[in-house]
Amino acid sequence: MIYLDHSATTPMRREVLDAMMPYFFEKFGNPSSLHACGLEARRAIEEARETVARKIGADATGIIFTSGGTESDNMALRGLLKKRSHIITSAIEHPAILETCKSIEKDGHEVTYVPVNRDGIVNPGDVEAAIKENTVLISIMHANNEIGSIQPISEIGKIAKAHSVSLHTDAVQSVGKIPVDVDTLNVDMLSMSSHKIYGPKGVGCLYVRKGTKLRPLLFGGGHEKGLRSGTENVSGIIGFAEAIKLIIEDFYENERIKKLRDKLIDTVLSTMEHVRLNGGRERRLPNNANFSFSFIEGESLVLSLSAKGIAASTGSACSSKKLEPSHVLLAIGLDPVDAHGSLRLTLGRDNKEDDINYVLEVLPDVVHRLRLMSPLYKCNDAGYGKPE
Amino acid sequence: MYSDKVMLHFMNPHNMGEIDNPSGVGTVGNPVCGDLMQIMIKVENNVIVDIKFKTFGCGAAIATSSMITDLARGKTIEEALKITRNDVAESLEGLPPVKMHCSNLAADALHAAIEDYKAKMKGTTKEAT
Repeated sequence: MIYLDHSATTPMRREVLDAMMPYFFEKFGNPSSLHACGLEARRAIEEARETVARKIGADATGIIFTSGGTESDNMALRGLLKKRSHIITSAIEHPAILETCKSIEKDGHEVTYVPVNRDGIVNPGDVEAAIKENTVLISIMHANNEIGSIQPISEIGKIAKAHSVSLHTDAVQSVGKIPVDVDTLNVDMLSMSSHKIYGPKGVGCLYVRKGTKLRPLLFGGGHEKGLRSGTENVSGIIGFAEAIKLIIEDFYENERIKKLRDKLIDTVLSTMEHVRLNGGRERRLPNNANFSFSFIEGESLVLSLSAKGIAASTGSACSSKKLEPSHVLLAIGLDPVDAHGSLRLTLGRDNKEDDINYVLEVLPDVVHRLRLMSPLYKCNDAGYGKPE
Repeated sequence: MYSDKVMLHFMNPHNMGEIDNPSGVGTVGNPVCGDLMQIMIKVENNVIVDIKFKTFGCGAAIATSSMITDLARGKTIEEALKITRNDVAESLEGLPPVKMHCSNLAADALHAAIEDYKAKMKGTTKEAT
């Protein structure tokens, strides 16, 4: 299988498993225990905290380990609410943010969803204009999971600071692919996930800047400075930190991946017909390509590619549980028919040039076959590529 | 998530294409919602002697289109009208609940093609032999 769905999840690295293994067996202690077994586990997670903090230029005391991106996002959004609070977010956030915001609205709070331009970028001026007296939080993702658009977080951070409003960013997709530094970005909170960076699933963290008065979601034994009760996922945390160490060493990989991605985009756009790139070329994650192919539907495209040994994803309604097309693609102005025909290819460290060549060889045939089946495709079947 | 039978019909759909001078055409669905199905039938002596489909849609939409053409081919108009969405889903060894509407769509497209044929027959009864 040629795996081109790294924004969904990544294969865990062998080194990560090796680092985790002792914490299932000989180093199984509970970090809260006073004896030596506990101490051993405590030391390990504090070291992991340092590693994670260093990666994002943060103070280790600000790292709260969680079960992953979704929990971190929930915690950030709910933790600052007062009576009838107002939150500002964007129209293209991950469901972990959008669904939480809907739930918060039901609880009697207000949420403003700022739009994005055709490239999927938020205008900081729109964020500033939305700030009200009861605004407690701005939450804008660092990079979008579908089209890879990178948001002007640093600029929004300056605005937030000037208005004394806290800023949270969901950096689940950006960590490991572009520089992420909490001071450069001017953020007060930042969500991270381990399984998007070749670490284990079920673990992540929320960075919380000192002085941010957050209320916990989970109550209990007062773990993680009282912000996240529950015995720490020690092996997961160790794996997460090991994954971080490896992506720091591997950062140059992004240049290589970007070249492959660019070849993919350039070739698809220049050799295939009735196709568009969703999102802009600039301000885009180096591993993301997202196309819309006219006249065909994304789920059947993904299934066809899967049968050819290629793993990809789509923003088509038919692939979602709600049978609605991607809110991100609609937000950047796509009509629903083009949103149904979307294909996301997200590259990773295991992809080689041969993989991209194979995709470029297979994709035109797969698209052509589906177009021939489509009543929307009225052209005769003479040639689907521009140059033969 | 799909049965092997659905995947089989999706990967190698039967009766895909169009018919020259069809006796009836049925088109249902809406591309805005992600699926559009077109079924063409050729009727001779009240029997569906040829049937073709074209579909814009997901794997289930394509598989149900393929299956309904198999089910309807060779049937009389009356028999074909009795084909239900459950027949389509069962013949495919089941569909995920969220995809049941695709079998609906396939049955509707067939029925629409038959209605179109009947309407045409009414208009041309004199020519009909």
